[in-house]
Order: sequence, then structure tokens, then C-alpha cells
Amino acid sequence: MSSINPTPAFSADTLEVVHSLIKRYPEGKHKSALLPILHLAQAEFGGWLSAPTMDYVATILNIQAIEVYEVASFYSMYNLKPVGKCLIELCHTAPCWLRGAEDIAGHLEKKLNIQFGETTPDGMFTLKRVECLGSCGTAPMFQCGAVFYEDLTNEKVDTILTDLRTANVQSSYVDSDTFRRN
Amino acid sequence: MGKKLLLEHLNVPGIQTLQVYREKGGYKSVEKALNQMTPEAIVEEVKKSGLRGRGGAGFPTGMKWSFLAKPEGKARYLVCNADESEPGTFKDRFLMEKIPHALIEGMITSSVALGANTAYIYVRGEYFYIIKILEKAIAEAYAAGWLGQNILGTGYNLDMYVQAGAGAYICGEETALLESLEGKRGNPRMKPPFPAIAGLYACPTVVNNVETIAAVVPIINMGGDEYAKIGVGKSTGTKLISAGGNINKPGVYEIDLGITVEEFLYSDEYCGGIANGKKLKACIPGGSSVPIVPGHLLLNTLAGEKRLMTYESLSDGGFVSGSMLGSGGFFVYDEDASIPYSLYTLARFYHHESCGQCSPCREGTGWLERILKRMVIDGQGKLSDIDLLAEVAKKIEGNTICPLGDAAAWPVAAAIRHFRHEFEWYVNNPHEVAKIKNGKLNAPIPHPLYEMV
Ligand SMILES: Cc1cc2nc3c(=O)[nH]c(=O)nc-3n(C[C@H](O)[C@H](O)[C@H](O)COP(=O)(O)O)c2cc1C
Ligand code: SF4
Ligand code: FES
Repeated sequence: MSSINPTPAFSADTLEVVHSLIKRYPEGKHKSALLPILHLAQAEFGGWLSAPTMDYVATILNIQAIEVYEVASFYSMYNLKPVGKCLIELCHTAPCWLRGAEDIAGHLEKKLNIQFGETTPDGMFTLKRVECLGSCGTAPMFQCGAVFYEDLTNEKVDTILTDLRTANVQSSYVDSDTFRRN
Repeated sequence: MGKKLLLEHLNVPGIQTLQVYREKGGYKSVEKALNQMTPEAIVEEVKKSGLRGRGGAGFPTGMKWSFLAKPEGKARYLVCNADESEPGTFKDRFLMEKIPHALIEGMITSSVALGANTAYIYVRGEYFYIIKILEKAIAEAYAAGWLGQNILGTGYNLDMYVQAGAGAYICGEETALLESLEGKRGNPRMKPPFPAIAGLYACPTVVNNVETIAAVVPIINMGGDEYAKIGVGKSTGTKLISAGGNINKPGVYEIDLGITVEEFLYSDEYCGGIANGKKLKACIPGGSSVPIVPGHLLLNTLAGEKRLMTYESLSDGGFVSGSMLGSGGFFVYDEDASIPYSLYTLARFYHHESCGQCSPCREGTGWLERILKRMVIDGQGKLSDIDLLAEVAKKIEGNTICPLGDAAAWPVAAAIRHFRHEFEWYVNNPHEVAKIKNGKLNAPIPHPLYEMV
């Protein structure tokens, strides 16, 4: 699990993206950039948003820290607590349930020997239940970082977990290239 | 086979790129709109087409556009709603992934019509890989002069940006979406004022669904009258349907509005029938917020007419025996699927997604989830719980700022109306409940009134 970075600061590369994001909105409306910047912050500072990270984002946008906390606590993709390197988000809404999502849920818990909401002791995997991800035609499915793993079977899950463990990289929704246009 | 207007070139290799898209006739609607038409004429064609919003509410698009206020010196915005979070719906993702330029072309042509010089595409955060695809397509469009300053030498300027959400169904509601785009929590606004008067940054704004905006392209290319010839009555054109659940061929299909539900469900061109040789129990035809209908009422109306895939036919019989076309999120329940369990997953969904501003929605959805949980998971339901559910749903309905409250209430009423016997079964067989694995019934619960087909 990642520890708190006491003095967060974006890399020069990310800062460039942050400044180009702010230019996407009219003069004085730069707060609009908050959601994408929080995604970048979560990706760069260990997969979650600590208080120092949120304070840092507030200074970048020149807004009150509370405005950042309000937003960070509203949206389900921002983690306010540390998560494992790979955050596995299994969809459990009705259309996925119809196609066997709960069987996959049971298999994941058994295989990783943790419950949903928990992280494996080695800090590798966190299991999370989420609502419809727009992948109901290829259900059951889970998301890990920006990748959708679809049409899951128990066997497929085993292979994916092995691959993720081997790759041993922090899953993340964005990288600094996501919002770059070339 | 029906006409394909949006997905005609789906299988053309490289259609994701501007070059191939252009070779297949792409961006002609922009040329036509800028070189040969006035903004008013474009709006007029969209009105003639009869196009109705594809996001779920089905409001006539041309009419919505004509409400846009045009005060001097104030910016106007077009905002595309690509939040797509209605359970059962995955068509916008499909369209943006496979043919991203169809959306971008539609955005440009629509912006010309509205006189907008800035347009945003608000994409749900979970679709980050789609955001990458869109960013790339937008970069291509800028490089080729379809976006930016002085487009086609006409003096028209347009900037287009993608905005990422961060996981919140409620941000699909248009005013919540605008709040979110302003960098705030996704709390729906009180209406009026409507976005057409005071939307993004308090400026006049049109919010349209991805598919609605993409449909503007064929409408301008072929003319509104020609487009209106497809379909039946007030359901004109083609519609993308996201088909899922217990069927043989889940996927996204473009249908001519007006084909029969039976053809859609059973033909090999579309769903290919119920999976594993099972029988059809029920269907939610328009995304989780619309009423569930039992199989016999899905295929035929109460009057015995064949039900069609149109706004009118699917809602024939109102909430008593009909449903709605909604977002076109069509998911099918086979004989083994437990309706009370399904309702539990939906109540859990709405509870999780309630923004919490209105107490009937915030508290009511929580009660629905808890009552259903004790019934279908813990096996501790009481007969009075069934009426309690209906009562809680009634107290939410109509008493909230935005329609999410109604969306949470309606499925409850419909499930109990048509499948009360299944709820009673759960209450009367508490020892059996523990044996049901993951909401899949061990034996069908017979309906007191009709046989499954
Ligand atoms: C709770 C809620 C969720 C919604 N989600 C979506 C959505 O994900 N996508 C969408 O296009 N419209 C959604 N809508 C409808 C929008 O508010 C709005 O009507 C629509 O974007 C208008 O576009 P259209 O006229 O092109 O359909 C939602 C509405 C509500 C009340
Ligand atoms: S109805 Fe529910 S989601 Fe809509 S504003 Fe009220 S609390 Fe929020
Ligand atoms: S219900 Fe799981 S992706 Fe839609």
C-alpha cells in the first residue's frame, strides 16, 4: 500500500497537462478543471487522494480546500483511502447479475481470500463492487484501471489475476497522455 | 434488414480515423451546414425529421433547440451527454468507440445550428479509454480544419473539449451534468431556469445525448423529410438498442423504429432468442428506470396487438401494462431469474446513486434497499413488507427535485404489480431463500395467471 506523500507535487510533464486543461474553460471558470485534475493527482500520488494531495490541488486551482473535499467525496472513482495496486471494480447491477456477476464475485473472494472492500495483505489487490459500467452486453465484467475485462469466466479471471500480479504495476484510470491531443 | 444510418460503416477497417471516415462520406453534413444552410434552416430540418432525444426522455430535439435563448453578447454552449450510466445501456460507448468521428461531426453541425462556439463532451470517467479515442479524433479534426478558427473559410469558429466525469449516475441528469462540468458535486438544479436559458456558466446551453447528436448527421445529409419516412408515427428514424440479459446475442443493434418486439427478441439478426433454451419471464426494455413487463405483455399489448419497438407502442397501457422505450437499454429475464432479487439490485443502485439533496429520495431509496435485502437475502421478509415497499415508493414519487426519485420508485411498483406472487413466495418460504444462489431460482415460481412463453 502506498504511503502518504507529505509534499505532493506534479511532475513537469503532468503540470503541463494541468495547465492545458485549465485553458479549456472560459476566463475565471478554471474550477471546471477540478475533476480531471483530481484524476491526474490520484494516478500520480499512489492511487488515492490524501488530504495533502487535495490541498495541493486546491492551491493549483486557487480554490478553497473544502471545495476539493466536497467534490472528492461525491464521486465514486476517487479513493479517499489507500487501495491495492490493482483496484478490481466488479459491476453487480441487474443486467450484470443476470449474466452471472455474483458467481464471479464469489470466485474473486475465494481466489484472493478477501471480501469485497478489502485489500490483500501483500497490497496487490483491492476488491470493490460498483454499479453499471456500460458493459452489460459483455457481462459479467470488472474494470481495473482504464481496462474493461469482459465476458468473464472463472478461468478467465484466474488468468487476468496472474497477469496483473506479474505486471505488478499500479492500475490507474489516466496517465498524463490521456488529455493530450497528439 | 433495416436501414443503417449510424452504424452503416461499422465494419469498415480504419473507420476510427478521419481519413477513412472522410472517404466514406464523413463531414459532408458540416460542409452542407456551413456552405449551403442558415442555422435556422438546420434547426428546421431537425424539426422535420421528428428526431426525439435518445438519452431517455424522448423530447423532440428540434423543439428543444428552438427554445435556446440568444441574448446579445452571451456565449452559447452545446454539451454532449456521454455520461451513459443507466443500467442496461451501452450504446453510446459503442458508437464513440467504433465511429468517434460520427459524434464529432454531429457536434460540429449541431453547434453551427445553435450558434455555439464552444462545445463539451461530458464522458463518464469510467470510459477513460473512450476519452483517449475522442481526444485523438478531435486532434485529427483540428489538424484538418474541421475545428478551430475560420472553419472552411466561413468565419465560423468552434472549439471542442472532452470532459471526464468521475463516477456518478446522477451526472447523466442534465443539470447535475452542468454542475459537474463546472467542477462541483453533481447535485441537480431546480428548474426553471432551464439550461436553454441559463445552463453552463449561466449561459444558454443545449444538452443532448451522444446518439441524438450523431443522428443529426444523416438528417442533414438526407433531409428531415426523408429521415422521417423511417419509423412509425412519432417514432421516426433509427435507434440504437443495447440488448443484454438472458439472450443469445447481447450487443448493440441499430433498428428501424417500428419493428416488432418479437422480431427484435427472436430473430437471428438481433437478440437471437432466449439463451440456453429457457423461457422468457420478463423484460426491462428501456433502461433500469422504466417499468418491468412480463413476457406476454412485452410481445403483445393488453389489447392483443403486436408490440412495436416505438416510443408509443412500448408505453401502450401506461404503467399498468406497458413500459417505455427510454434509453433503449433492453434486458431480458429468463424463467430462472428472481424478480425480487433483481429489484433488490436496482434499489441498491438507486440508493447508491441518490445525490442526497431530497430526503424522500435519499431516505426512501435506503428503505427500499433494506426491506428488499431482508426479504431476498436474509429470508426475513413479512407479508406487510410488500405493501410497505409500494408505499415507500409512492412517497418518493413526485416529491423530489429531479426524476431519479421517480426512476427509483417506478420499478418497485411495476415489479410488485406483475410479480407479487414471487415476493409472497420469498415471504412464505424463508427456509428456501438460503438455498437460492445469487438470485437464480432453483425452480420457476409459477405465475397464478399465465404460462411463460
Ligand atoms: C437520473 C438521470 C440520469 C440520466 N442519465 C442520462 C445519461 O446517462 N445519458 C443521457 O443522454 N441522458 C441521461 N438523462 C437524461 C438527461 O437529463 C437529458 O434529458 C438528456 O441528456 C437530453 O438529451 P436528449 O434530448 O438528446 O435525449 C438522465 C436523466 C436522469 C433524470
Ligand atoms: S431526487 Fe434524488 S438524485 Fe434527484 S436531486 Fe433529489 S436526492 Fe438528488
Ligand atoms: S450492469 Fe454491469 S455493466 Fe451494466
